[in-house]
Amino acid sequence: MRSSSASLTLILVSALLLFTVLSISADEKRISVYSTIANYSLSTVDRQGRDYVGLLEILEPLGKVNSRSDGNRWKIRFGSVDGEFTTGKTRGKISGRDADLAAPFLLENGRGMIPLASLGAILPRFLGGPVNFHENARRLFVGNFTTPFTVDFVKTTPPRLVFNFGNVVNPTISTEPGHLRMVFIRDPVVATTAQDWKFEDHMITSVAYSENNGAAEITVNSTVSLMASFSAGGRTITVTAPPSTSPGAIVNVPSGSMRPMPPATNPVTPPLPPPVAQHRFVIMIDAGHGGAERGAAITDQLGEKDVNLAFARQLRHELETRGVGVLMLRDGDTFIPLDQRAAAANSARPGIYVNIHSTGQGTGIRMYSAMLPSAEENKGPFIDWNTAQAASLALSQQFASGAAVELQKRNIPARILAAPLRPLNNVVVPSLTIDLGPPSSNVADVNSPTYQQPIAAILAEFLASQKARLEAPR
Amino acid sequence: MIPRHLFIGIAAMLIAVATMTFYVRRMKHRVLDLPAASTDTRPIAPPATGPTEQVTLYVAYDDPGTIRAVSAQIPLPTGRQQRAEELLRALMNLYLDRASTHPLAVGSEIRSVYLVDPGVAVIDTNAIFADGHRSGVLVEELTVASIIQTLAGNIPGVLRVRILVDGKERETLAGHADLSDFYETSAVSQLVQQLQVVP
Repeated sequence: MRSSSASLTLILVSALLLFTVLSISADEKRISVYSTIANYSLSTVDRQGRDYVGLLEILEPLGKVNSRSDGNRWKIRFGSVDGEFTTGKTRGKISGRDADLAAPFLLENGRGMIPLASLGAILPRFLGGPVNFHENARRLFVGNFTTPFTVDFVKTTPPRLVFNFGNVVNPTISTEPGHLRMVFIRDPVVATTAQDWKFEDHMITSVAYSENNGAAEITVNSTVSLMASFSAGGRTITVTAPPSTSPGAIVNVPSGSMRPMPPATNPVTPPLPPPVAQHRFVIMIDAGHGGAERGAAITDQLGEKDVNLAFARQLRHELETRGVGVLMLRDGDTFIPLDQRAAAANSARPGIYVNIHSTGQGTGIRMYSAMLPSAEENKGPFIDWNTAQAASLALSQQFASGAAVELQKRNIPARILAAPLRPLNNVVVPSLTIDLGPPSSNVADVNSPTYQQPIAAILAEFLASQKARLEAPR
Repeated sequence: MIPRHLFIGIAAMLIAVATMTFYVRRMKHRVLDLPAASTDTRPIAPPATGPTEQVTLYVAYDDPGTIRAVSAQIPLPTGRQQRAEELLRALMNLYLDRASTHPLAVGSEIRSVYLVDPGVAVIDTNAIFADGHRSGVLVEELTVASIIQTLAGNIPGVLRVRILVDGKERETLAGHADLSDFYETSAVSQLVQQLQVVP
């Protein structure tokens, strides 16, 4: 009797501990989409026990799309394909034909959301081609766009494990005693032959492939600390034990990479954009906030981070249609520290760094350039971090002013100000912040694609016209 | 079979939990039995007395997102540091008023102002000031610029200002305005000139 009650207590305590651990480690759910045009991740939301995702957000990076809501009805146009859905209904129409959903369509703040389970059936009808949806792992491959890989065990001293990928990959690598993990969020890595590999070796014992929450993960199990190094332009990763094996993490990045490594203690930090070849002109767009950092509450349901990302995507689309290359610092609902944003911009050396914010206060657009704090002395080639923008500030102010004038010409209220807003201070290249305010007293309209699109088009037109000036200081 | 030491350990923890539960319940009853406390009307700091002086407060207006110089008569002590504190408290009182043009969270407070020669001022605010502040580039910028310009415009010799929250460094006020570094009052003065222009 005494033994059974003690057992019950133990089970209860264990269950409580397990529940606590699981609650803490629960990640935000996301879906990753891979296509020849763009690879990106989006947050999913839980509604009535089902995962939902915004249809506009899914389609936006893949082509020209716009939507509008009319009462309970929501219409979307992707290229020449029209879709129409009604709140609470499981049947919509795409190109005039019925389209069934696995759960009722939802409309929240003008954002049309469909159940994740229906993506595999709905998307091909918009895209006009097949998609391959790994629903449990929330990974969606448009067409046959995948990156397969092979694993070769080379019995040398120490042994080497060579991963050859079908394309350049950019995983987040973390190590801990007995494991080396490579997490692929933006790479369409898939295992085609097997998911587990075992080796008769006392150092590297096995490799496991898994997919979960919009990412693929390759785990190398070992009895010693391992290091990873890149070769073949990022298509090959070689995992091996260092010559004198010692505890702790050793992670190598491709030689010559300008990319700063995210902190090793933070393996969930998304990979930063790849380094850009110096000859290629690009504009870096940084949607402010993300992840747990929501930014301003535009409405109770609408956070600034979502508006920032939606507008950043609009701007990217408009720039790309004008032939300007774009680097998105954040293309999903992820948190990136301010210093890391600046470091990424300074590594990539874009023609201009455009920081996006939004607000529910006032109306129209505000264009900000940096307001620098007091400068420390630059020492040799090292520039003071807090005033790194100093050399480009005059140009930044000219661009902020020029962009505001273009908006004003089209009767869009625009104001030019300085702002003590990081990471503008820390970015070396010309930098500006666009603070998007609502068009009217209805603050939720700030997230409306019909409001954002013309503004993005004007700004893209202006930035594209400044390409020669933007390239000059580089 | 559970080892004896583990069983004793779990039993001790359960007894501790039961004892704490009993204690907490007793304390709760005791608090409930106390007579309801009347509102504490004692001032947090003694109000400044003496002759009033004319000062210029730089007051933020959310609509249309501007700062205006407003003359006010407030009693100021003679000490330089105490004057700085009273000045900013007068500004905070405007923002905490119901009809404020730039409302701050109820309970927002300037805890202290430290004037350190040469020309450095450190403003220590309470946590509510930052935690309850509305988030947004302009709204945060208005607060920071208004406080620093009011201080620098009335206390001669202040060249650099740092804002702390509860005595500690903070990265931003509410997600936007930078609090991680010193502000040059000359740069803030230029910003206030921009912010005085009605869009």
